[in-house]
Amino acid sequence: MKFFKETDVVVIGGGIVGTAILRELSKYELKCLLVEKEPDVAVGTTKANSAVLHAGFDAPTGSWKQKTNVRGNVLYHQLQDELDLDIKWTGSLVVATNEEETQKLEALLERGRANGVPGLEILSREEVLAKEPNLTTAKAALWAPTAGVVWPFGCAVAFAQCAVQNGAEVIRDCAVTGFVKEDGAVTIVNTTKGAIRTKYVINAAGVYAEEIARLAGDESFTISPRKGEYILFDKTAAPSLVWGIVFPCPTEISKGILICTTTHGNTFIGPNAQEQDNKDDTSVTPAGMDEIIAGARKLIPNLPLGASITEFAGLRAVSDTGDFVLGVSKVAGFFNAAGIQSPGVAAAPAIAEVVVEAIAQEMYLRKKSNWNGRLPKKAVFNRMTASEKQKAIAKNRLYGRVICRCETVTEGEIVDAIHEPVGARTVDGVKRRTRAGMGRCQGGFCGPRVTQIIARELEIPVEAVLKERQGSELYFKKFQE
Amino acid sequence: MKLYDVVIVGGGPGGLSAAYSAYRNGAKKILVIERDRELGGILQQCIHNGFGLHHFKEELTGPGYAGRCIDLIKDKTEIETLTDTMVLSVSKDKQVTAVNPDKGLFTVQGKTVILTMGCRERTRGAIRTAGERPAGVFTAGAAQRMVNMEGYLPGKKIVILGSGDIGLIMARRMSLEGCKVQAVCEICPYSNGLTRNMVQCLYDFDIPLYLSHTILKIKGRDRVEGVTIAKVDEKMRPIPGTEFDIECDTLLLSVGLIPENELSMAAGVEIAPFTNGPKVNQRRQTNLPGVYAAGNVVHVHDLVDFVSDEAEIAGKFAALEAQGKLAPTVDTVAVMPVNGIRTCVPQVLHLPEGGEPVRLFMRAGAPDLKVTLEVKCGDEVLVKKKLPVVKPSEMITLDIPAAKTALMHDAVTVGLQPKQV
Repeated sequence: MKFFKETDVVVIGGGIVGTAILRELSKYELKCLLVEKEPDVAVGTTKANSAVLHAGFDAPTGSWKQKTNVRGNVLYHQLQDELDLDIKWTGSLVVATNEEETQKLEALLERGRANGVPGLEILSREEVLAKEPNLTTAKAALWAPTAGVVWPFGCAVAFAQCAVQNGAEVIRDCAVTGFVKEDGAVTIVNTTKGAIRTKYVINAAGVYAEEIARLAGDESFTISPRKGEYILFDKTAAPSLVWGIVFPCPTEISKGILICTTTHGNTFIGPNAQEQDNKDDTSVTPAGMDEIIAGARKLIPNLPLGASITEFAGLRAVSDTGDFVLGVSKVAGFFNAAGIQSPGVAAAPAIAEVVVEAIAQEMYLRKKSNWNGRLPKKAVFNRMTASEKQKAIAKNRLYGRVICRCETVTEGEIVDAIHEPVGARTVDGVKRRTRAGMGRCQGGFCGPRVTQIIARELEIPVEAVLKERQGSELYFKKFQE
Repeated sequence: MKLYDVVIVGGGPGGLSAAYSAYRNGAKKILVIERDRELGGILQQCIHNGFGLHHFKEELTGPGYAGRCIDLIKDKTEIETLTDTMVLSVSKDKQVTAVNPDKGLFTVQGKTVILTMGCRERTRGAIRTAGERPAGVFTAGAAQRMVNMEGYLPGKKIVILGSGDIGLIMARRMSLEGCKVQAVCEICPYSNGLTRNMVQCLYDFDIPLYLSHTILKIKGRDRVEGVTIAKVDEKMRPIPGTEFDIECDTLLLSVGLIPENELSMAAGVEIAPFTNGPKVNQRRQTNLPGVYAAGNVVHVHDLVDFVSDEAEIAGKFAALEAQGKLAPTVDTVAVMPVNGIRTCVPQVLHLPEGGEPVRLFMRAGAPDLKVTLEVKCGDEVLVKKKLPVVKPSEMITLDIPAAKTALMHDAVTVGLQPKQV
């Protein structure tokens, strides 16, 4: 039989978890590849979440969520430097607005200490207001200095690039359609691009991890999508909102509606938590908008709603086990990294360690001697000094042409993002790598220009350029005369 | 660092008119910086006619109007222009830093600076429409650029939200391109476009206009497949039970324009409420000495002709200031819109001895017929003007002679005379 690919490990799913696992695998002497059904990585849950690197006090002590969150938070400090990740270590507040909630903070503090989270303390109303002057309803808050916010798509892309730099492969537009087993063990992954021969399979398929597991014969868990909707504000709104991460007191199902900064100085409110059946429905709803506005108003009564620049929704992959589903399954050769909801972004690098460790139990893994964990620093015009800008433009004049006016992204950066490993092929892909289109005009100005640059660089017609998934073409040819 | 009498940020109709006026008023070194590959700004994509009736006394297309403005300055050795150049910052002391592929990063010094950056379109995010984020949702202006300048269609079956002028113009444009425009949807009980555009762009093409209607939901996951529309009540809330669907592959948004003041705000220019542009006096001076502003960056205009008129004022006074010829002012008078007038530019007058001619640009709060506009200082009516019709979409102008301004002190109000019932 002729195979599309032959490898040792196939990772299914190009979100932040799948890419983190691929990077972890790339440290070892083995062949590994990642398949992603969409035209780009980081287009599922990874692209629409709170992007918080949680400190780790929420999850029950001893759970996977707790262990990987606390470990992941630590790992990000090193990754930030090695992979040039955008992270702001802001610390987080859980705000109590009445006596009952103030008592809950004590319980969270206790759990946090048991979870091994450093630096936790309870702040008085005055101390809270000194950090966040707009939290006028606060009575007290739990302060977790180790929390931060990350640029989650940038992370997934960087993990993938690091893996590719070390010999791994990322195959996009490649959906898994089934598995073939020999002696009970998964040995062939059938995909829309052909059959892949492999020794091991890692299921990091997000909300679709249940379907992938079923195809392999693992029925040990289910995944339900739980929608979270968000409203994102312009950078000018930050002074009327928050500078860091602010949670309300948590409930049973959710950490509640946050008011939170982003790595680049925007602010968002959200998410709500809406159970649904459809694993593709990421629509925002009037009821959802009302819910998150009402939720956020409990913390800041005067929201600058006129400064909202976009709304979006993401799906959390919620497992019926109540925890992440990590490691070996009853199907030989098949491993799960499933049910990754919050604190998944924070946990991803630690999840990768756990899963690869599980494979190491079955297969002798030898570290590569020449593994390179560093990515070259990206040329980001907006953060260059004047002399760096001069030098960059002298070397490549395209750094002198600003395409996205809101975020000051140059043509040079967009061309880089298209041609780098695991490069952008879509308008949203460019946005996730460069921020072109993420500003206050939401691509109104740069969208057509980015589309034309993609067409030129990939040598495809403008009308073939996608916004995101297949079927999301943006422009048409004019009618013929 | 190169020194200029006047540095103009933005080479659209405002910037070009300001440059020509500065030249005519004696400025010797003028620089116009434009981010697009050509001068003319947004006019270059407005290939329809109807421009220039007031300013050039003839009907022109957008590129035609831009061409006129360019012709006026092109052979003037006093005026330098830079295209494909983005201004990154303007400082309080009038240093302008910009970047382009050929010159790289550079800073110039102006004796004066005129801000003419224009405006941008409000987006889907600003109006919080439910649904997915499919391809096929465009601001009308972005679609206009793609159709008219780049030669592509944004879609084939179109719904337009908002009956502002760009929305109306695009309804006609898409029809002429062979597309089917299914509907124009307007949340207000009246259109927000010029009357002539209602007639020439909708009625003449049998395009249905739904007044007091809005879009509740955008359908489709990867590409727009349709929209759900509902009637709204007088508080603009959707009325349950009035929802219906319209099939389309494209939604164009014409839901308002926002003056583009990121550079102004970063420089420390005071922004006025309601107009969302710099607070200016009758000379178009901002609160920063030597920094002027004019055109859509100050307040959104209905006609480009008025943008040119206003920019000429800024150009003139910037040129005079650069030459040290500006008449000193002795009086400060606040201009306050009242009774049916929503906005008025300038917001303040700084008057020299003996006064100065002033032109006010206003917008009404709601449509009305047979009204009288009056400028009052205390109880004294200084100027009166009868208007057969006022609409929020159409700007009102009023000229006040110097002698009348000399009578002003502290504050004046501009408003519509209460009607006799």
